[in-house]
Amino acid sequence: MNILISGGRLIDPANNIDQLADLYISEGRIAGIGEAPAGFVADQQIDAQGQVVCPGLIDLCAHLREPGYTQKGSIRSETRAAAAGGVTTLVTPPTTKPVVDNPAVAELIQDRAEAAGNARVLPMGALTQGLNGEQLAPLHALASSGCIAFSNGRHTVRNSLTLMRALEYAATHDLLVQFQPQDPDLTGNGSMHEDTTCTRLGLNGIPEAAETVDVSRCLLLVEQAGVRAHFGQLSCERSVKMIMDARERGLPVSCDVAIHHFLLTDANVNGFNSDFHLMPPLRSQLDRAGLRQALMAGGIQAICSDHQPHEAAAKQAPFAATEPGMIGLETLLPLSLLLVEQGLLELPQLIEKLTSAPAQILGLAQAGTLSVGAEADVCVFDPQHSWTFSADQIHSAGQNTPFLDFALKGRVTATLLGGELVHQLG
Amino acid sequence: MFEPIDANQIQLNSDGQLKHFLTTEGLSRALLTEILDTADSFLDMSEQQVKKVPLLRGKTVANLFFENSTRTLSTFELAAKRLSADVLNLNISTSSTAKGETLRDTLMTLEAMHADMFVVRHSDSGAAHFIAKHVTPNVAVINAGDGRHAHPTQAMLDMLTIRRHKGDFAPLTVAIVGDILHSRVARSQIHALRTLGAGEVRVIAPKTLLPRHIEAFGVKVFTDMAEGLKDVDVVMMLRLQKERMNSALLPSESEFYKLYGLTEEKLAIAKPDSVVLHPGPINRGVEIATSVADGPRSLILNQVTNGIAVRMAVMSMAVSGQMVEKQNARQGDNA
Repeated sequence: MNILISGGRLIDPANNIDQLADLYISEGRIAGIGEAPAGFVADQQIDAQGQVVCPGLIDLCAHLREPGYTQKGSIRSETRAAAAGGVTTLVTPPTTKPVVDNPAVAELIQDRAEAAGNARVLPMGALTQGLNGEQLAPLHALASSGCIAFSNGRHTVRNSLTLMRALEYAATHDLLVQFQPQDPDLTGNGSMHEDTTCTRLGLNGIPEAAETVDVSRCLLLVEQAGVRAHFGQLSCERSVKMIMDARERGLPVSCDVAIHHFLLTDANVNGFNSDFHLMPPLRSQLDRAGLRQALMAGGIQAICSDHQPHEAAAKQAPFAATEPGMIGLETLLPLSLLLVEQGLLELPQLIEKLTSAPAQILGLAQAGTLSVGAEADVCVFDPQHSWTFSADQIHSAGQNTPFLDFALKGRVTATLLGGELVHQLG
Repeated sequence: MFEPIDANQIQLNSDGQLKHFLTTEGLSRALLTEILDTADSFLDMSEQQVKKVPLLRGKTVANLFFENSTRTLSTFELAAKRLSADVLNLNISTSSTAKGETLRDTLMTLEAMHADMFVVRHSDSGAAHFIAKHVTPNVAVINAGDGRHAHPTQAMLDMLTIRRHKGDFAPLTVAIVGDILHSRVARSQIHALRTLGAGEVRVIAPKTLLPRHIEAFGVKVFTDMAEGLKDVDVVMMLRLQKERMNSALLPSESEFYKLYGLTEEKLAIAKPDSVVLHPGPINRGVEIATSVADGPRSLILNQVTNGIAVRMAVMSMAVSGQMVEKQNARQGDNA
């Protein structure tokens, strides 16, 4: 099977390519750029004139809800949403039921993802058994079963000695550890950022320190253990600054921020709209400005969706009684394009944070690039396409997003996974 | 990228009249004054032999109390009865099932009973907003206290009590004392006092009981009782919500009483003609001394009487606001 994607603006940050060029795909792999490989005859042609052709997006955090929470979404439904959003590889957290603390669960997730055939799913393994923060999970066995990194999610390992041993054990096997930093006591039963809006609404607040205190603790332990670490879905400017400092000192650490934290603030919670109930919470205007600045300065390596589908009932209650999180796979690209429109990043820089940079964090040499010989995971999108993100167009099982019926600009028109067309805009 | 949301989009009808009463925040001075004037007229009436008016005849008021409260529930019940409404009291425990499920299910059940008004008390901030957004049109929602967010009828009965004793708000310095952090009453009082033009509004509490950036609401913050009470005309005490206390917020009740309890000595710092309010129920010897609570400057019992009048006022106004909205909608359909 030979596919020709013709006439598009080809952006491949890993190879420093940004030019109008045809892309040739053969037998599931990238076969050539600009010039047709010898004897290439296209079985299928995708006209990409006026569009951008880039590596398939890599999302460092998307909850698929399977196994255990299939009322919210399934591997099939959520990877279908990924394909529609141009995401070809995604990392899914260990917080399923049962949690990913044994090879059987890791294999089940990958088998079902493969059967669905919409996207590559890389499970993150639990750092401790049952995420209990006490007993180490079998990290080596999990890694052998395809777990790409290890995390305790928001179930913070309270005991710093246990955490340090887990990090040392991960370092022994050169495994990547991921943190979603959160001090459980400071977070308490809070449901939004502690600031003026929180005071106005009378909700329980989550102070900035709930994140920064734990970032600081984790960084010190990472340094001592000598482990590769990634901080996911940060919300505070100060957290990112601490990680920038640590990188400068040579620590092997990186971070990502969910796209909505660059766009929204705690003021959006006014009116008690539960679609803005997120964890970590939307922070202050100052934090948003700081995150945007850090993004421009290169202090934030990747942008993720932090996709979290919910059934309708989970969001239909008074604010604090609702479950946090929003869907994001299908809005990741159009919302990220706003950062280009607003002048924070050039388009190739943005593509890098959605493709080659997350691939590098995960240690995936062949992903997130259009190098000849690489698997043909490709995203084709029309940056000028204006559309409304309406309920009937959502592929995710969840519809929990404040961007429902929102006017977006930029839309994925075709997604290829290993040379197979897994999504095409009809 | 999203338009700021204003509670008035929900609680006012297209003519700017009250159709729900969710919060004092954002309501105009004219509207707050209308509530007080209407309550005043009901108050005169309550002194007469026949205390009933037929304003809500044929209407059904459902009191949905997800949080226990004998006195607020009974004043709402009395207010509804004096307006000739049929009253349904529902004490719904939130402990047995998941909160959200209960609220949605309860709402749907009650809508099937064709109630015209829901009076809601709930432990979650925003619960009354949630119900107002999800009820069928033409059902009025009155917030009888939601979490730490708002308790607008309490604030308005406090305003009525102040106005009846002090007249104009402009020259007044008002101090709100105690557990501001957990208090929906304080939040609603602050918005109402600021809108009605009180000269100065103060809050007095230790830092552990002050919410973040409370000064953004136009109040002066004091952590010392003696400084805070100086030149004050009205002292509004708050109940120390013992059941919500984390032990780390205060060392002990006795230390709190020593520093922030309203005793006769501390009250002497305020103006000689100052008055004392408390939303009740009172913790004697915790936030207020018995001699002050029962003393000549205490208006605590007046507050209870005024509470019935204020609740009658907002109930009748909301029902009328709903009727206007219904007529407007009909005209819109015909046009």
